[in-house]
Amino acid sequence: MTSTPIKQTVRVSVNGKPYTAEVPTYRTLVDFLRYDLGLTGTKETCSVGVCGACTVILDGKMVSSCLTLAVRADGAEIGTIEGVANGDQLHPVQQAFIDNGGFQCGACTPGQIMAAKTLLEENAHPTEDEIKQFMMGNLCRCTGYYQIIDSIKAAAEQK
Amino acid sequence: MNDFAFHTPSSLKEAAELLAQYDGDARVMSGGTALMLLLKQSLVNPDHIISLHRVPEARSIEVSDGVLHIGGLVTQREMELSPVVREATPLLANAYSRVATVRIRNAATVGGGLAQADPAMDPPSSLLVLNASVKVTSASGERIIPIADWYSDYYETTINEDEIVTELLVPVQPTDMAWTYIKYLPRTEDDYATVSVAALGKAENGKISEVRVGLGAVSSTALRASDLEAALLGADASFDVLKDASQAVADIVDPTSDPRGSADYKRDMSVVFARRALQQVLNVEG
Repeated sequence: MTSTPIKQTVRVSVNGKPYTAEVPTYRTLVDFLRYDLGLTGTKETCSVGVCGACTVILDGKMVSSCLTLAVRADGAEIGTIEGVANGDQLHPVQQAFIDNGGFQCGACTPGQIMAAKTLLEENAHPTEDEIKQFMMGNLCRCTGYYQIIDSIKAAAEQK
Repeated sequence: MNDFAFHTPSSLKEAAELLAQYDGDARVMSGGTALMLLLKQSLVNPDHIISLHRVPEARSIEVSDGVLHIGGLVTQREMELSPVVREATPLLANAYSRVATVRIRNAATVGGGLAQADPAMDPPSSLLVLNASVKVTSASGERIIPIADWYSDYYETTINEDEIVTELLVPVQPTDMAWTYIKYLPRTEDDYATVSVAALGKAENGKISEVRVGLGAVSSTALRASDLEAALLGADASFDVLKDASQAVADIVDPTSDPRGSADYKRDMSVVFARRALQQVLNVEG
Protein backbone atom coordinates (compact mmCIF):
# COMPACT_ATOMS: atom_id res chain seq x y z
CA MET A 1 0.00 0.00 0.00
CA THR A 2 1.30 3.47 -0.81
CA SER A 3 2.11 6.03 1.85
CA THR A 4 -0.36 8.54 0.45
CA PRO A 5 -3.47 6.51 -0.37
CA ILE A 6 -6.22 7.89 -2.53
CA LYS A 7 -9.10 8.64 -0.17
CA GLN A 8 -12.79 9.13 -0.73
CA THR A 9 -15.62 10.15 1.55
CA VAL A 10 -18.07 7.36 2.34
CA ARG A 11 -21.53 8.21 3.66
CA VAL A 12 -23.60 5.27 4.79
CA SER A 13 -26.54 4.44 6.98
CA VAL A 14 -25.75 1.53 9.30
CA ASN A 15 -28.75 0.08 11.14
CA GLY A 16 -30.58 3.35 10.42
CA LYS A 17 -27.85 5.63 11.82
CA PRO A 18 -25.84 7.89 9.47
CA TYR A 19 -22.04 7.72 9.41
CA THR A 20 -19.44 9.59 7.37
CA ALA A 21 -15.73 8.77 7.07
CA GLU A 22 -12.91 9.45 4.65
CA VAL A 23 -11.15 6.20 3.80
CA PRO A 24 -8.61 4.80 1.33
CA THR A 25 -10.32 3.40 -1.77
CA TYR A 26 -8.92 -0.04 -1.00
CA ARG A 27 -10.66 -0.21 2.40
CA THR A 28 -12.98 -3.22 2.55
CA LEU A 29 -16.45 -2.79 3.98
CA VAL A 30 -15.67 -5.10 6.90
CA ASP A 31 -12.60 -3.05 7.84
CA PHE A 32 -14.62 0.16 7.40
CA LEU A 33 -17.31 -1.11 9.80
CA ARG A 34 -14.82 -2.39 12.37
CA TYR A 35 -11.98 0.13 12.30
CA ASP A 36 -13.48 3.34 10.94
CA LEU A 37 -16.93 3.09 12.56
CA GLY A 38 -16.03 0.94 15.58
CA LEU A 39 -18.77 -1.59 14.85
CA THR A 40 -16.83 -4.73 15.71
CA GLY A 41 -19.80 -7.13 15.78
CA THR A 42 -19.10 -8.11 12.18
CA LYS A 43 -16.15 -10.52 12.07
CA GLU A 44 -13.57 -11.20 9.38
CA THR A 45 -12.30 -14.75 9.24
CA CYS A 46 -11.39 -16.12 5.79
CA SER A 47 -11.17 -12.79 3.86
CA VAL A 48 -12.08 -14.55 0.60
CA GLY A 49 -15.88 -14.73 0.72
CA VAL A 50 -16.11 -18.39 1.70
CA CYS A 51 -16.78 -18.51 5.46
CA GLY A 52 -19.69 -16.08 5.93
CA ALA A 53 -18.46 -14.54 9.21
CA CYS A 54 -18.51 -11.05 7.65
CA THR A 55 -22.09 -11.33 6.31
CA VAL A 56 -23.93 -7.99 6.24
CA ILE A 57 -26.98 -6.65 4.43
CA LEU A 58 -26.11 -4.11 1.70
CA ASP A 59 -29.17 -2.31 0.31
CA GLY A 60 -31.35 -5.29 1.21
CA LYS A 61 -29.02 -7.99 -0.05
CA MET A 62 -26.90 -10.36 2.02
CA VAL A 63 -23.24 -9.99 0.93
CA SER A 64 -19.68 -10.68 2.09
CA SER A 65 -18.32 -7.43 3.51
CA CYS A 66 -14.75 -8.72 2.97
CA LEU A 67 -15.38 -8.76 -0.80
CA THR A 68 -17.05 -5.34 -0.88
CA LEU A 69 -15.17 -2.05 -1.04
CA ALA A 70 -16.26 0.61 1.45
CA VAL A 71 -16.37 3.17 -1.40
CA ARG A 72 -18.81 0.86 -3.22
CA ALA A 73 -21.15 1.18 -0.21
CA ASP A 74 -21.21 5.00 -0.38
CA GLY A 75 -24.87 6.04 -0.15
CA ALA A 76 -26.01 2.56 0.87
CA GLU A 77 -28.09 1.28 3.74
CA ILE A 78 -26.22 -1.40 5.66
CA GLY A 79 -27.54 -3.86 8.19
CA THR A 80 -25.16 -5.47 10.70
CA ILE A 81 -25.46 -7.69 13.76
CA GLU A 82 -25.55 -4.56 15.96
CA GLY A 83 -28.95 -3.68 14.49
CA VAL A 84 -30.64 -7.04 14.98
CA ALA A 85 -31.73 -6.71 18.63
CA ASN A 86 -34.25 -4.03 19.60
CA GLY A 87 -32.47 -2.44 22.55
CA ASP A 88 -32.26 -5.15 25.22
CA GLN A 89 -34.89 -7.22 23.41
CA LEU A 90 -33.13 -9.96 21.45
CA HIS A 91 -34.39 -10.88 17.99
CA PRO A 92 -36.17 -14.27 17.94
CA VAL A 93 -33.28 -15.72 15.86
CA GLN A 94 -30.75 -14.57 18.47
CA GLN A 95 -32.84 -16.00 21.31
CA ALA A 96 -33.22 -19.28 19.44
CA PHE A 97 -29.42 -19.57 19.02
CA ILE A 98 -29.04 -19.10 22.81
CA ASP A 99 -31.83 -21.52 23.69
CA ASN A 100 -30.54 -24.22 21.34
CA GLY A 101 -26.80 -23.81 21.82
CA GLY A 102 -26.35 -22.60 18.24
CA PHE A 103 -22.82 -21.36 18.90
CA GLN A 104 -19.61 -22.38 20.63
CA CYS A 105 -16.65 -20.01 20.22
CA GLY A 106 -18.92 -17.37 18.68
CA ALA A 107 -16.66 -16.16 15.87
CA CYS A 108 -19.10 -17.25 13.15
CA THR A 109 -22.23 -16.31 15.11
CA PRO A 110 -22.84 -12.75 13.84
CA GLY A 111 -22.68 -14.06 10.26
CA GLN A 112 -24.84 -17.09 11.12
CA ILE A 113 -27.49 -14.80 12.67
CA MET A 114 -27.47 -12.40 9.70
CA ALA A 115 -27.85 -15.30 7.25
CA ALA A 116 -30.50 -17.10 9.32
CA LYS A 117 -32.52 -13.90 9.69
CA THR A 118 -32.30 -13.33 5.92
CA LEU A 119 -33.40 -16.91 5.24
CA LEU A 120 -36.47 -16.58 7.48
CA GLU A 121 -37.38 -13.25 5.90
CA GLU A 122 -37.32 -14.92 2.45
CA ASN A 123 -38.81 -18.24 3.55
CA ALA A 124 -40.66 -18.17 6.88
CA HIS A 125 -40.90 -21.96 7.23
CA PRO A 126 -37.92 -23.58 5.48
CA THR A 127 -37.45 -27.34 5.36
CA GLU A 128 -34.27 -28.78 6.84
CA ASP A 129 -32.89 -29.18 3.33
CA GLU A 130 -33.68 -25.55 2.51
CA ILE A 131 -31.93 -24.47 5.73
CA LYS A 132 -28.84 -26.50 4.78
CA GLN A 133 -28.79 -25.14 1.22
CA PHE A 134 -29.17 -21.51 2.31
CA MET A 135 -26.76 -21.71 5.27
CA MET A 136 -24.13 -23.63 3.28
CA GLY A 137 -22.08 -20.42 2.97
CA ASN A 138 -21.71 -19.92 6.72
CA LEU A 139 -18.98 -22.11 8.17
CA CYS A 140 -18.66 -23.05 11.86
CA ARG A 141 -15.22 -24.44 12.65
CA CYS A 142 -16.47 -25.66 16.03
CA THR A 143 -18.79 -27.76 13.80
CA GLY A 144 -21.93 -26.91 15.73
CA TYR A 145 -24.02 -27.34 12.62
CA TYR A 146 -26.80 -29.49 14.11
CA GLN A 147 -27.49 -26.94 16.84
CA ILE A 148 -27.47 -24.14 14.27
CA ILE A 149 -30.08 -25.99 12.22
CA ASP A 150 -32.09 -26.63 15.41
CA SER A 151 -31.88 -22.93 16.28
CA ILE A 152 -33.22 -21.86 12.90
CA LYS A 153 -36.04 -24.41 13.07
CA ALA A 154 -36.95 -23.11 16.53
CA ALA A 155 -36.94 -19.50 15.35
CA ALA A 156 -39.15 -20.45 12.39
CA GLU A 157 -41.65 -22.19 14.68
CA GLN A 158 -42.16 -18.94 16.56
CA LYS A 159 -43.31 -17.17 13.39
CA MET B 1 -4.26 -4.09 -2.10
CA ASN B 2 -2.78 -1.58 -4.52
CA ASP B 3 -3.82 2.06 -4.45
CA PHE B 4 -6.42 2.96 -7.08
CA ALA B 5 -8.88 5.64 -8.08
CA PHE B 6 -12.50 4.47 -7.79
CA HIS B 7 -14.90 5.64 -10.49
CA THR B 8 -18.69 5.39 -10.39
CA PRO B 9 -20.06 6.08 -13.90
CA SER B 10 -23.83 6.47 -14.16
CA SER B 11 -24.20 4.97 -17.65
CA LEU B 12 -22.60 2.29 -19.81
CA LYS B 13 -21.48 4.99 -22.22
CA GLU B 14 -19.64 6.83 -19.46
CA ALA B 15 -18.12 3.56 -18.20
CA ALA B 16 -16.88 2.65 -21.69
CA GLU B 17 -15.40 6.12 -22.15
CA LEU B 18 -13.52 5.86 -18.84
CA LEU B 19 -12.23 2.45 -19.86
CA ALA B 20 -10.98 3.86 -23.17
CA GLN B 21 -9.46 6.89 -21.44
CA TYR B 22 -7.39 4.82 -18.99
CA ASP B 23 -6.29 2.53 -21.79
CA GLY B 24 -5.34 -0.77 -20.15
CA ASP B 25 -4.77 0.75 -16.72
CA ALA B 26 -8.34 0.20 -15.49
CA ARG B 27 -10.46 -2.76 -14.42
CA VAL B 28 -14.23 -2.98 -14.44
CA MET B 29 -15.94 -4.05 -11.20
CA SER B 30 -19.55 -5.20 -10.99
CA GLY B 31 -20.29 -7.50 -8.01
CA GLY B 32 -16.61 -7.51 -7.07
CA THR B 33 -16.55 -11.10 -5.83
CA ALA B 34 -13.94 -12.15 -8.41
CA LEU B 35 -12.00 -8.91 -8.85
CA MET B 36 -11.60 -8.37 -5.09
CA LEU B 37 -9.82 -11.71 -4.78
CA LEU B 38 -7.47 -10.80 -7.64
CA LEU B 39 -6.81 -7.37 -6.07
CA LYS B 40 -6.17 -8.84 -2.61
CA GLN B 41 -3.58 -11.21 -4.07
CA SER B 42 -2.09 -8.42 -6.22
CA LEU B 43 -2.69 -10.54 -9.31
CA VAL B 44 -4.09 -7.39 -10.88
CA ASN B 45 -2.93 -3.92 -9.86
CA PRO B 46 -4.95 -1.36 -11.80
CA ASP B 47 -4.61 2.37 -11.14
CA HIS B 48 -8.32 2.79 -11.84
CA ILE B 49 -11.37 0.75 -10.91
CA ILE B 50 -14.56 1.49 -12.80
CA SER B 51 -17.50 0.30 -10.71
CA LEU B 52 -20.74 -0.40 -12.55
CA HIS B 53 -23.01 -0.37 -9.48
CA ARG B 54 -24.62 2.96 -10.44
CA VAL B 55 -25.17 1.97 -14.08
CA PRO B 56 -28.92 1.51 -14.64
CA GLU B 57 -28.63 -0.39 -17.95
CA ALA B 58 -27.86 -4.07 -18.65
CA ARG B 59 -30.10 -5.31 -15.82
CA SER B 60 -33.05 -6.81 -17.70
CA ILE B 61 -33.98 -10.41 -18.49
CA GLU B 62 -36.26 -10.96 -21.49
CA VAL B 63 -37.03 -13.37 -24.30
CA SER B 64 -37.46 -12.10 -27.86
CA ASP B 65 -37.54 -14.10 -31.10
CA GLY B 66 -36.57 -17.31 -29.34
CA VAL B 67 -33.51 -15.83 -27.64
CA LEU B 68 -33.07 -15.11 -23.94
CA HIS B 69 -31.37 -11.73 -23.46
CA ILE B 70 -29.68 -11.25 -20.08
CA GLY B 71 -28.10 -7.94 -19.10
CA GLY B 72 -24.47 -8.16 -18.04
CA LEU B 73 -25.31 -6.65 -14.63
CA VAL B 74 -27.99 -9.22 -13.79
CA THR B 75 -26.88 -11.05 -10.64
CA GLN B 76 -26.28 -14.80 -10.56
CA ARG B 77 -28.95 -15.05 -7.83
CA GLU B 78 -31.45 -13.46 -10.26
CA MET B 79 -30.46 -16.08 -12.86
CA GLU B 80 -31.27 -18.79 -10.34
CA LEU B 81 -34.65 -17.37 -9.31
CA SER B 82 -35.99 -15.63 -12.44
CA PRO B 83 -39.16 -17.37 -13.72
CA VAL B 84 -38.19 -16.18 -17.23
CA VAL B 85 -34.79 -17.91 -17.09
CA ARG B 86 -36.25 -21.05 -15.50
CA GLU B 87 -38.82 -21.28 -18.28
CA ALA B 88 -36.55 -20.40 -21.24
CA THR B 89 -33.36 -22.20 -20.18
CA PRO B 90 -33.91 -24.46 -17.14
CA LEU B 91 -30.40 -25.88 -17.56
CA LEU B 92 -28.87 -22.41 -17.21
CA ALA B 93 -31.03 -21.50 -14.19
CA ASN B 94 -29.82 -24.71 -12.56
CA ALA B 95 -26.16 -24.06 -13.40
CA TYR B 96 -26.28 -20.56 -11.88
CA SER B 97 -28.07 -21.91 -8.78
CA ARG B 98 -25.02 -24.12 -8.14
CA VAL B 99 -22.45 -21.29 -8.09
CA ALA B 100 -20.81 -20.83 -4.65
CA THR B 101 -23.35 -19.60 -2.05
CA VAL B 102 -26.38 -17.30 -1.87
CA ARG B 103 -24.22 -14.49 -0.51
CA ILE B 104 -21.84 -14.68 -3.48
CA ARG B 105 -24.65 -15.09 -6.05
CA ASN B 106 -26.32 -11.96 -4.62
CA ALA B 107 -23.29 -9.89 -5.63
CA ALA B 108 -21.71 -11.76 -8.57
CA THR B 109 -23.05 -10.79 -11.99
CA VAL B 110 -23.49 -12.66 -15.25
CA GLY B 111 -21.11 -10.29 -17.04
CA GLY B 112 -18.54 -10.49 -14.26
CA GLY B 113 -18.56 -14.28 -14.36
CA LEU B 114 -18.13 -14.31 -18.13
CA ALA B 115 -15.19 -11.90 -17.92
CA GLN B 116 -13.57 -13.78 -15.02
CA ALA B 117 -13.62 -17.01 -17.10
CA ASP B 118 -12.76 -19.37 -14.27
CA PRO B 119 -12.92 -22.79 -15.98
CA ALA B 120 -14.13 -24.42 -12.73
CA MET B 121 -17.22 -22.19 -12.52
CA ASP B 122 -20.62 -23.77 -13.08
CA PRO B 123 -22.18 -21.81 -15.97
CA PRO B 124 -19.58 -22.23 -18.79
CA SER B 125 -20.37 -25.86 -19.70
CA SER B 126 -24.09 -25.04 -19.89
CA LEU B 127 -23.43 -21.92 -21.94
CA LEU B 128 -21.44 -24.07 -24.39
CA VAL B 129 -24.18 -26.67 -24.90
CA LEU B 130 -26.86 -23.96 -25.17
CA ASN B 131 -24.87 -22.20 -27.94
CA ALA B 132 -24.87 -18.88 -26.09
CA SER B 133 -23.11 -15.71 -27.23
CA VAL B 134 -21.68 -12.70 -25.45
CA LYS B 135 -22.26 -9.06 -26.35
CA VAL B 136 -19.44 -6.68 -25.45
CA THR B 137 -19.56 -2.89 -25.63
CA SER B 138 -16.79 -0.33 -25.99
CA ALA B 139 -16.73 3.41 -26.61
CA SER B 140 -16.52 2.65 -30.32
CA GLY B 141 -19.37 0.15 -30.60
CA GLU B 142 -20.39 -3.38 -29.77
CA ARG B 143 -19.81 -6.90 -31.05
CA ILE B 144 -21.23 -10.34 -30.40
CA ILE B 145 -18.90 -13.30 -29.78
CA PRO B 146 -20.10 -16.93 -29.90
CA ILE B 147 -19.38 -18.68 -26.59
CA ALA B 148 -17.25 -21.25 -28.45
CA ASP B 149 -14.85 -18.37 -29.27
CA TRP B 150 -15.12 -16.63 -25.89
CA TYR B 151 -13.02 -18.64 -23.41
CA SER B 152 -9.38 -18.75 -24.50
CA ASP B 153 -7.39 -19.95 -21.45
CA TYR B 154 -7.42 -20.00 -17.64
CA TYR B 155 -9.15 -16.75 -16.65
CA GLU B 156 -8.70 -15.49 -20.23
CA THR B 157 -11.26 -14.52 -22.83
CA THR B 158 -11.21 -12.88 -26.24
CA ILE B 159 -12.58 -9.60 -24.83
CA ASN B 160 -10.48 -6.50 -25.52
CA GLU B 161 -9.29 -4.24 -22.71
CA ASP B 162 -11.64 -1.44 -23.71
CA GLU B 163 -14.76 -3.64 -23.75
CA ILE B 164 -17.43 -4.40 -21.12
CA VAL B 165 -19.66 -7.50 -21.11
CA THR B 166 -23.13 -6.05 -21.52
CA GLU B 167 -25.33 -8.97 -22.53
CA LEU B 168 -25.56 -12.74 -22.61
CA LEU B 169 -27.68 -14.16 -25.43
CA VAL B 170 -28.98 -17.71 -25.12
CA PRO B 171 -31.26 -19.47 -27.62
CA VAL B 172 -34.31 -20.82 -25.79
CA GLN B 173 -33.56 -24.39 -24.71
CA PRO B 174 -35.27 -27.04 -26.91
CA THR B 175 -38.18 -28.42 -24.90
CA ASP B 176 -37.99 -31.85 -26.54
CA MET B 177 -34.50 -32.55 -25.18
CA ALA B 178 -33.84 -33.73 -21.63
CA TRP B 179 -31.16 -31.83 -19.73
CA THR B 180 -28.88 -32.23 -16.76
CA TYR B 181 -26.07 -30.50 -14.94
CA ILE B 182 -24.08 -32.75 -12.63
CA LYS B 183 -21.19 -31.76 -10.46
CA TYR B 184 -18.79 -34.09 -8.68
CA LEU B 185 -17.99 -32.60 -5.28
CA PRO B 186 -15.85 -34.92 -3.14
CA ARG B 187 -15.25 -32.28 -0.45
CA THR B 188 -18.02 -29.77 0.32
CA GLU B 189 -21.19 -28.62 -1.43
CA ASP B 190 -19.91 -25.06 -2.00
CA ASP B 191 -16.53 -26.19 -3.37
CA TYR B 192 -15.30 -26.06 -6.94
CA ALA B 193 -16.11 -29.27 -8.77
CA THR B 194 -13.63 -32.04 -9.52
CA VAL B 195 -15.54 -32.29 -12.79
CA SER B 196 -18.90 -30.92 -13.90
CA VAL B 197 -20.96 -31.95 -16.92
CA ALA B 198 -23.86 -30.21 -18.68
CA ALA B 199 -25.79 -32.25 -21.22
CA LEU B 200 -28.84 -32.15 -23.45
CA GLY B 201 -30.16 -35.21 -25.26
CA LYS B 202 -32.98 -36.95 -27.03
CA ALA B 203 -33.52 -40.57 -28.04
CA GLU B 204 -36.19 -41.73 -30.50
CA ASN B 205 -37.05 -45.41 -30.99
CA GLY B 206 -33.96 -46.37 -29.03
CA LYS B 207 -31.60 -44.30 -31.21
CA ILE B 208 -29.83 -41.13 -30.14
CA SER B 209 -31.19 -38.31 -32.30
CA GLU B 210 -29.71 -35.28 -30.55
CA VAL B 211 -26.99 -34.90 -27.94
CA ARG B 212 -24.76 -32.16 -26.57
CA VAL B 213 -22.12 -32.48 -23.82
CA GLY B 214 -20.09 -29.77 -22.07
CA LEU B 215 -17.38 -30.30 -19.44
CA GLY B 216 -16.21 -27.93 -16.71
CA ALA B 217 -13.24 -27.82 -14.30
CA VAL B 218 -11.08 -30.29 -16.28
CA SER B 219 -9.18 -28.03 -18.67
CA SER B 220 -7.99 -24.44 -19.06
CA THR B 221 -11.47 -23.63 -20.36
CA ALA B 222 -14.81 -25.37 -20.31
CA LEU B 223 -15.03 -27.83 -23.22
CA ARG B 224 -17.66 -29.03 -25.66
CA ALA B 225 -17.23 -32.79 -26.30
CA SER B 226 -17.92 -32.48 -30.04
CA ASP B 227 -16.31 -35.78 -31.08
CA LEU B 228 -18.32 -37.65 -28.47
CA GLU B 229 -21.51 -35.98 -29.69
CA ALA B 230 -20.74 -36.90 -33.32
CA ALA B 231 -19.97 -40.51 -32.38
CA LEU B 232 -23.27 -40.88 -30.55
CA LEU B 233 -25.61 -39.44 -33.18
CA GLY B 234 -27.73 -42.28 -34.57
CA ALA B 235 -26.23 -44.82 -32.18
CA ASP B 236 -28.24 -47.06 -29.87
CA ALA B 237 -29.21 -45.43 -26.59
CA SER B 238 -27.71 -48.23 -24.52
CA PHE B 239 -25.39 -48.41 -21.52
CA ASP B 240 -22.62 -50.19 -23.44
CA VAL B 241 -22.65 -47.62 -26.25
CA LEU B 242 -22.53 -44.71 -23.78
CA LYS B 243 -19.80 -46.36 -21.72
CA ASP B 244 -17.56 -46.99 -24.74
CA ALA B 245 -18.18 -43.62 -26.36
CA SER B 246 -17.54 -41.67 -23.14
CA GLN B 247 -13.91 -42.85 -23.22
CA ALA B 248 -13.38 -40.16 -25.90
CA VAL B 249 -13.61 -37.55 -23.15
CA ALA B 250 -10.27 -38.72 -21.72
CA ASP B 251 -8.52 -37.45 -24.86
CA ILE B 252 -9.87 -33.89 -24.71
CA VAL B 253 -9.59 -33.02 -21.02
CA ASP B 254 -6.34 -31.62 -19.59
CA PRO B 255 -6.89 -31.40 -15.84
CA THR B 256 -4.45 -30.17 -13.20
CA SER B 257 -3.80 -31.95 -9.91
CA ASP B 258 -5.14 -30.16 -6.85
CA PRO B 259 -6.87 -31.05 -3.56
CA ARG B 260 -9.97 -32.00 -5.59
CA GLY B 261 -8.12 -34.86 -7.27
CA SER B 262 -5.00 -35.76 -9.21
CA ALA B 263 -4.95 -35.10 -12.94
CA ASP B 264 -5.31 -38.84 -13.65
CA TYR B 265 -8.23 -39.16 -11.25
CA LYS B 266 -9.99 -36.14 -12.75
CA ARG B 267 -9.51 -37.60 -16.24
CA ASP B 268 -11.08 -40.88 -15.11
CA MET B 269 -13.93 -39.07 -13.38
CA SER B 270 -14.55 -36.97 -16.50
CA VAL B 271 -15.28 -40.19 -18.39
CA VAL B 272 -17.53 -41.52 -15.62
CA PHE B 273 -19.50 -38.32 -15.15
CA ALA B 274 -19.90 -37.75 -18.90
CA ARG B 275 -21.42 -41.24 -19.10
CA ARG B 276 -23.70 -40.59 -16.13
CA ALA B 277 -24.91 -37.30 -17.62
CA LEU B 278 -25.60 -39.06 -20.92
CA GLN B 279 -27.51 -41.81 -19.12
CA GLN B 280 -29.69 -39.17 -17.49
CA VAL B 281 -30.57 -37.22 -20.63
CA LEU B 282 -31.03 -40.34 -22.77
CA ASN B 283 -32.90 -42.22 -20.03
CA VAL B 284 -30.50 -45.17 -20.05
CA GLU B 285 -30.21 -47.23 -16.89
CA GLY B 286 -26.83 -48.56 -15.76
